[in-house]
Amino acid sequence: MDIPRYWRLREQRYKLQGNVCAECKAYNFPPRPVCLQCKSKNMQPYQFKGNGTIYSYSTVYQAPDAFNKQVPYLVALIDLDEGPRITARLTDILDNKIEIGMPVEMVIRKIYEDGDNGPIQYGYMFRPLLKKKE
Amino acid sequence: MHKIMKPERPVGIIGYGAYIPAYRLPAEAISKLWREGQDRNHLPIREKSVPGPEEDTITMSVEAAQNALRRARIDPQEIGAVWVGSESHPYAVKPSGTVLAQILGIAPAAVSGDFEFACKAGTEAMQAATAFVGSGMGDYALAVGMDTAQGRPGDALEYTAAAGGAAYIMGPGDEALAVLEGSFSFVTDTPDFFRRAYQKYPEHGNRFTGDLAYFYHIRSSVTYLLEGLQLSPKDFTAAVFHQPNVKFPQKIAAELGFSKAQISAGLLSNRIGNTYAGAAVLGLTNILDQAKPGDRILMASFGSGAGSDALSFVVTDKIESARKVAPGTADYLNRRKNIDYATYARWRKKIVMK
Repeated sequence: MDIPRYWRLREQRYKLQGNVCAECKAYNFPPRPVCLQCKSKNMQPYQFKGNGTIYSYSTVYQAPDAFNKQVPYLVALIDLDEGPRITARLTDILDNKIEIGMPVEMVIRKIYEDGDNGPIQYGYMFRPLLKKKE
Repeated sequence: MHKIMKPERPVGIIGYGAYIPAYRLPAEAISKLWREGQDRNHLPIREKSVPGPEEDTITMSVEAAQNALRRARIDPQEIGAVWVGSESHPYAVKPSGTVLAQILGIAPAAVSGDFEFACKAGTEAMQAATAFVGSGMGDYALAVGMDTAQGRPGDALEYTAAAGGAAYIMGPGDEALAVLEGSFSFVTDTPDFFRRAYQKYPEHGNRFTGDLAYFYHIRSSVTYLLEGLQLSPKDFTAAVFHQPNVKFPQKIAAELGFSKAQISAGLLSNRIGNTYAGAAVLGLTNILDQAKPGDRILMASFGSGAGSDALSFVVTDKIESARKVAPGTADYLNRRKNIDYATYARWRKKIVMK
């Protein structure tokens, strides 16, 4: 059971809470104490909008123990609109069509359950944009 | 005559949001597996919604509440209460509302707790939110009715036990897109349906669930509310009743004097099944998606155990700008993918692994 880590990272996993460099405006996820671009320590909290595009993706058939009941599942590298590239699960791919460059949006999903007695970890996954009726 | 409930200051809905998972299991698939299709000509619904493998009452409540927040256009920090009504809370002990409050940015200055009253836990949370705002304890309260209902394999309830629901932000009447005129709640000790502690599936009283439970309680709550407000069914543009199937809400509507046209927008059970605590409140979101200023709407829930909440709302001119800023109920109804029974059995953990 990894409760301290779950608690510590909840803002990142629930809200894509990262930071932005006040000097050069470079965005970071996860948040960093020092800017990778200009080495400034003047970093401000920033909540990402949760929109991005698929840079690449793959289907997982052999998973770590915590996820082995969920296989097969999709993981992707996602370029967030603000810049950072992150790793995340994909969900609700209804027509089995995934393309590099496809726009996706963040949703909250159950990441894993720590057995029958442990905590349930929630966090971000990404799905194709919800089609809205005009 | 019983007194109807009205808050001390006007209260209404300032934001609403729906959520329905994308997956659908046709009732025919259940019929074929357990009854060789013998009952295929009188199935209670066409198909039911099924949550994806990574979805539960908390994740679904988050999306519905995010839609409600977009429409409410308030700072989440202004919300003083987070109440989730469900019979499928992921934790037995740890309120779903705590996770919601954190994800939505409402935490930490808020009260939070779970409501449970079978299929009327959602309207129960709305009643509490109305009282919270109406008494002046806070300006805004979030009430959610959401479920991922479980039906025992092969049981009559398996055809309909579905997933989905809605979130409402209750606030001051002068900011509302629909103002609450009054409500009436009716409750008795009626063991028509229940689930004991540690049991996975509920038990139900077969035909006992009809006349003495569903019909008696809704008939009573609606009749007392209409008497108290001095209104009749013709004063309403639309009405939504709890919908465990298609037949029950049609029957109670006709008995009370509501036409098919009045209940059509709120009757979703043929397309998604019985979303339990989400059922009546989800019908209301679809009505609000189509409502015009001045429309009067009746919502009557039913929860086994048993009780019914009847609420009357009048839509204001704030509805027009609010409904456009978030996905509508139809967007979720139309987002659908059929799954087979085997997939359903795996996702809903009906296959014993150890």
